[in-house]
This record gives sequence, C-alpha cells and structure tokens, in this order.
Amino acid sequence: MHWTEYFGPLMEGAWVTIQLTAYSTVFGAILAFGAGIGKLSSNLAIRAISIAYIEVFRGTSLLVQLFWLYFALPLAGMAIGIDLRLPPVVAGVLALSLNIGAYGAEVVRGAIAAVHKDQHEAGRALNFTPRQTLRTITIPQAIPEMMPSFGNLAVQNLKDTALVSLISLGDLTFRAEQIRNFTQDSTTIYSMLLVTYFGMALVLTAMMRTLEAYVSRWRTARS
Amino acid sequence: MNDEPIIKFDKVIKRFGDLTVLRELDFTVKKGEKVSIIGPSGSGKSTVLRILMTLEGIDGGIVSVGGEPLWHEKGADGALVPASEAHLHKMRAQLGMVFQQFNLFPHMTVLRNITEAPVKVLGLSRKEARERGEELLELVGLADQAGKYPHQLSGGQQQRVGIARALAMRPSILLFDEPTSALDPELVGEVLNVIGKLAEEHDLTMLLVTHEMRFAREVSDRVCFFDQGRIREEGSPEELFTDPSEERTREFLQAILD
Repeated sequence: MHWTEYFGPLMEGAWVTIQLTAYSTVFGAILAFGAGIGKLSSNLAIRAISIAYIEVFRGTSLLVQLFWLYFALPLAGMAIGIDLRLPPVVAGVLALSLNIGAYGAEVVRGAIAAVHKDQHEAGRALNFTPRQTLRTITIPQAIPEMMPSFGNLAVQNLKDTALVSLISLGDLTFRAEQIRNFTQDSTTIYSMLLVTYFGMALVLTAMMRTLEAYVSRWRTARS
Repeated sequence: MNDEPIIKFDKVIKRFGDLTVLRELDFTVKKGEKVSIIGPSGSGKSTVLRILMTLEGIDGGIVSVGGEPLWHEKGADGALVPASEAHLHKMRAQLGMVFQQFNLFPHMTVLRNITEAPVKVLGLSRKEARERGEELLELVGLADQAGKYPHQLSGGQQQRVGIARALAMRPSILLFDEPTSALDPELVGEVLNVIGKLAEEHDLTMLLVTHEMRFAREVSDRVCFFDQGRIREEGSPEELFTDPSEERTREFLQAILD
C-alpha cells in the first residue's frame, strides 16, 4: 500500500471527525448557555441543577464519561428494563457536548456577570423585565466576551473527538489506527494524522474568528 | 389644577450598611414642577432619584408617586405591604431617568437605543417607534446620527441620546442624575440646552440633581439644598442663591461658586 493510498480512508475519517466536532460544538454551546444562565438564576432548583451538571462533567474524565455512556448506561438500563443502548455516534456526540457544555457554561456565566451593572439599571429604568434585560441587553453584550474562550473550547473539542475512536467510531484517528495495523507504517501515518488535525484546527480557528468579528461588529464600527 | 403632590417622601429612611443616607426625609414635588436638588456629595441627592426609579429600596417611611405608594402596596387586609415586582413595574411607567454615565446600550444603534423599550415594553410597532424615535432625535438635535453606535458619538451627544431614550417611554416625571458631570466642559452647554428646552414643557415634572448652579437657577421653580440626608433649605432659586437663610447653605454655595 503506497502512502498516497492512505488519503481515501483518512478523508473518510476526517469527515466523521468534522461532523462530530460540528454537532458537539453546537449542542455544547446550547448546553453552555443553558447551564451558564441557569447558574445565575434566582431559582434555587435551576441553580442547583446547573451547578451539579457543571461540576460533574468538569470533574470527571471525558474518556470515562464516554465509556460510561457507551458501555455502562446500557447495562444500567437493562437492570431497570429500559433499552438505553446508544449508537456510537450518539454516545460520542453526547459525551463531547456534555463535556464542552460544562466548560462553556463557566465562560457564559462569567461573561454575563461581567456586564456592567449600569446596563441593568438602564434596563430597569426603561421598565424591561429582568428576562427582557437578559435577552436584549446583557447577553448580546456578553457574547463578544465569550468568543475567544469559545474558540479555544471548539479547538479543544476537535482534538477530543479522537477519543471516540475507542468506542469503534470511524473517525480520523480510528482510520489511522486501522491503516497502521495493516501497514505498520507508523511514522508516515501518524505524521499525516498530525498534519490533518492541525489543518482542521486552523480552519476552525479562522471560522471562530470570523464569527467573533461578526458578533462584535458594533464595537468596531468607525465613524 | 389640583395641588396634590405627584411625588411625596414621607419620613423616608435609607441606609447603606451602617451609613444612614436619608434621615426621615420629607420632600414633595407638585405636578409639572421643575425642582433642582443641590448639595455636597454624600448628602443623599442621587439616592432620592434612585429610590424613585426603583433602583434602590427604602428602609423606612413611605414614598408616593401620583398619589400611590411606590415601595408598598395594599395587602389583602388593606394594610401596606412591601411592593411586588408587578407593582413596581406598573409604577415605573410614570418615571424616566437620565444617568450621569449615560448608560446607553453600546451594542445598539442610536435609534435602536431609543426604540427598543417602546417596542418591547409599551408594545409599539417598530414603525411607530421609529417615527417617534426620529422625532425625538430631531428634538435633541441628533437626527443625522440615528444609525451610529454610541461609542461613535461625543459625550454630549451620547447624553442627548440618553434624554431622548428616556422621553421615548413618555414618562410624566423625568429624573436627571447629574447629567453633565461626566462631560468635558465644552460639551455641557449642548446638554443643558436640551434640558432647558424640556423645562418649558408644562406637564413634565422634572427633578434635577446638579452641580450647575447657574443652570439650576435658570430652569428651576424650586431649589432644594440637601445636607446629611435631609433638606436643609429650600426655596425659589432667587431666594436660595441670593439670600440663603442657613449658614450651611451659604458655605456650600460659596465653596462651589469659587
């Protein structure tokens, strides 16, 4: 097998990695907003759930979460008579989203809490409800603050997808392992793997920068 | 015309921790009256406005706006109980505030700053709100700046947007919390001009905390000198500025006019 023939299977794997990254980043962002705002809620139950979620998923290993969802959950389900077997893709996306969402929640919470209290007072003086203030005043101002950290998290997430190869999901790393087992050409295949991840990270970073520029366009408007 | 006060503070107490900012303050404002509040910093002037705007609660006494208690409402047995958020929401509709630091929304254009609350809170259509917003920008002399963001404007222009934004909610009482204190000296005039123009409006009740003594003298029906959480002296601008009866007032005016 000539090294140029590695490209086919690797690209197939890369496509799976891209999909995993895209889905888990989007779901992770939704979870991050939910838990981050939840942690600031005046409702004790919502706050408790948000804090519990954030601490559990930040405090345990992603690999263990993944194994738990894929191997342990079905057994736990069997014990109580429910079918909780997840396809590898679902388990992978779920573990990655929950994990990145927990980290992202702290970013969301921090950025919202950092919006100046003057803005809340202006909102109150204009008779916005607290919810309207959050939605129309606080969150839009907090989002640009979140973007650099979200960029980091998205790249982190891309690299973490490699772990799903361990539950036999055919991502980039999984394909590379297959080729290596077959050819024993470790140097070439791992080098190609590095370069591919790096290339994808570059593209992802550029995308996040573009998004950042878009959500902060009001800051950079020139007279 | 009835002389029923539109604003009434009845023995109002306000504390921040160990510090008592208002000591059984009695203070009334009649409908349409333009009142300036002057006094040294820490005398509780801004606190009066912030209590009216429901940004600060009170620790004693009763504040009434339009004849109705602001921080209290009638409970089931008719006794006064602390106000609910719904009551405050209803009461706030009568009031508007112009802040020292403008507090514009930096992520919205000038026009959006003015139209957002009328649309979301008053339920105006975008079109109605825009028409009204444009009129208000005309009034404050910023018709050509509608599409800009606050950071693209000078401080004086930003504060004029702040005034237009407060007016867009059609309050019957407008509170000005040191509206020119954060401005460079050369920008103070344009803001005072706008406030002066509003003062000619008969129906609008205005409460102005300021250090601009000459302006207070020009626009006010009455000037109140605050000191240590109480009104030390009040009267027509003429009386208070030319012939104050209290030694403390005299000292303050001397110090600030030097």
